[in-house]
Amino acid sequence: MAEQIPFVEYLTLGDDPHLVAHECTGCGARFFDRRNACASCSGTDFKPARVATQGVLRSFTIVAFAAPGIDVPFVSAIVDCEGTSVRANIVNTPADPENVKLGMPVRLTTFPIGSDSEGVEAINFGFEPAA
Amino acid sequence: MSSEDVYILGIKMTKFGKHKELDTLDLACEATFAALADGGVTMKDMGIIAAGNLMGGAAPIAQLIQKQAGQTGIPAYNVSNACATGATALRVACMSVKAGESDFGLAVGVEKLAGAGLLAGGSRKSDGDSWQRSGRYGAVAPVDGRIGTDTMPGVFAQIGMEYGNKYGGANFELFAQISEKNHGHSTLNPLAAYSKKMSLEEIMGDLMIAYPNTRPMCSANCDGAAAAVVVSASKLATLSLEQQRRAVKISASILTSDPFEEACQVLPNVNTLTRNAATQAYEQAGVGPADLDLVELHDCFATAELVHYDNLMLCEEGGAVDFFKSGAPFRDGTTPVNVSGGLQSKGHPIAATGIANIWEVCHHLRGEAGPRQIEGAKVGLAHVIGLASACGVHILEKSAA
Ligand SMILES: [Zn+2]
Repeated sequence: MAEQIPFVEYLTLGDDPHLVAHECTGCGARFFDRRNACASCSGTDFKPARVATQGVLRSFTIVAFAAPGIDVPFVSAIVDCEGTSVRANIVNTPADPENVKLGMPVRLTTFPIGSDSEGVEAINFGFEPAA
Repeated sequence: MSSEDVYILGIKMTKFGKHKELDTLDLACEATFAALADGGVTMKDMGIIAAGNLMGGAAPIAQLIQKQAGQTGIPAYNVSNACATGATALRVACMSVKAGESDFGLAVGVEKLAGAGLLAGGSRKSDGDSWQRSGRYGAVAPVDGRIGTDTMPGVFAQIGMEYGNKYGGANFELFAQISEKNHGHSTLNPLAAYSKKMSLEEIMGDLMIAYPNTRPMCSANCDGAAAAVVVSASKLATLSLEQQRRAVKISASILTSDPFEEACQVLPNVNTLTRNAATQAYEQAGVGPADLDLVELHDCFATAELVHYDNLMLCEEGGAVDFFKSGAPFRDGTTPVNVSGGLQSKGHPIAATGIANIWEVCHHLRGEAGPRQIEGAKVGLAHVIGLASACGVHILEKSAA
């Protein structure tokens, strides 16, 4: 099997793929990017926090014009994962308003986006309808 | 009149649209000289210049304007605050006057964008041969399009849809009706980039950019400039009666940034900073939303206009859909919104927008808006928002003189 790496550092692969946020130990605010400090309380101590893989679709758009190399249309969404908001694409369902509905339950899924010249496969995440 | 009060003495916007023969400085100077003439003053009177030009490169636009319009040696501030750049320039000029450092201040915003395509954002580099992590997410390739969208039509679509998720009633047709209103308003505005009435069917059937925003529901990239001259109340009292009569009082000048909230770094929150700016502005001006005779708000996309009815407290919390359906924001309604045609028709030359919105309000308060005049307008509000984020709210009042 080809070597696999997560598309972003906050995605953990393996048998139970999930996202890991940086959680501020002072105020509990969660972030996905590399931090200098907490935007909420300016604290500098963080711990890794597992983000729920189940969520509810809080907002979405269907993007028809995107940067070169991105297949369109695709669904960009904001998913409420038990109190932690996550930005992701909605996958494994047609990109139209009949199949993508506000408030619908979704779950995290992973998929390869391609291999580099050394055969290493990059794995991205998205959310799919959970019903 | 308190000595700290600041007035708009002169203000002008250029025609928005395509200006093939004019460069950035031509447009900036056209607006500058028109605003100075409108106020009956010259560059020699100005004690400060603040100017912005977001997409034009790194050159200091304020000094470039001075080098064409008058190098008088005054302090020059070059400001950059996304789509709130023009409002920020005006705010800087106001602060200088308020602080007693200048009697007169000049604010200019200019942009050359025609042909730049939709306000897209999300430029990305090509993928490399081998995966290498970069950026704050440690991504092996650009995230835009792979983990949500960075495009402006998409981001603002999500902002509108989020409102729909929270309160209901906001769907594709409703957002298109908001756009229909603004395109209808634009037919009375000779300075708008587009002044064609569009039917709901035409708007919904047009090219989909980012659902639910079709092309006419997106702000139009165009060329344009706007400039304003501000003056202290004490200085204004020494000027002619005609200047005093046409001067417009800046009852509130507020700029906010986005405070931290859960999700604000996942999807920009344009709501709280707008609500904060509006709250401060109403308090500073001593007026309430019901006192407003007209509002120019930042409808960069049809989906954005809806949420700002609520954020500016023109309606009850959660009541933006009903507010629109009641007819309130139409030009014959109780709170006319974007009688200029809004950014969807008038156009959105980014750094000029925050001053052009104020010009529109002043135009009505002075009773000079011709066929699109809101009769008897005495108080108006101008709002802009720049992502990342900055919000400018100005409340303007007809001069008592
Ligand atoms: Zn914190």
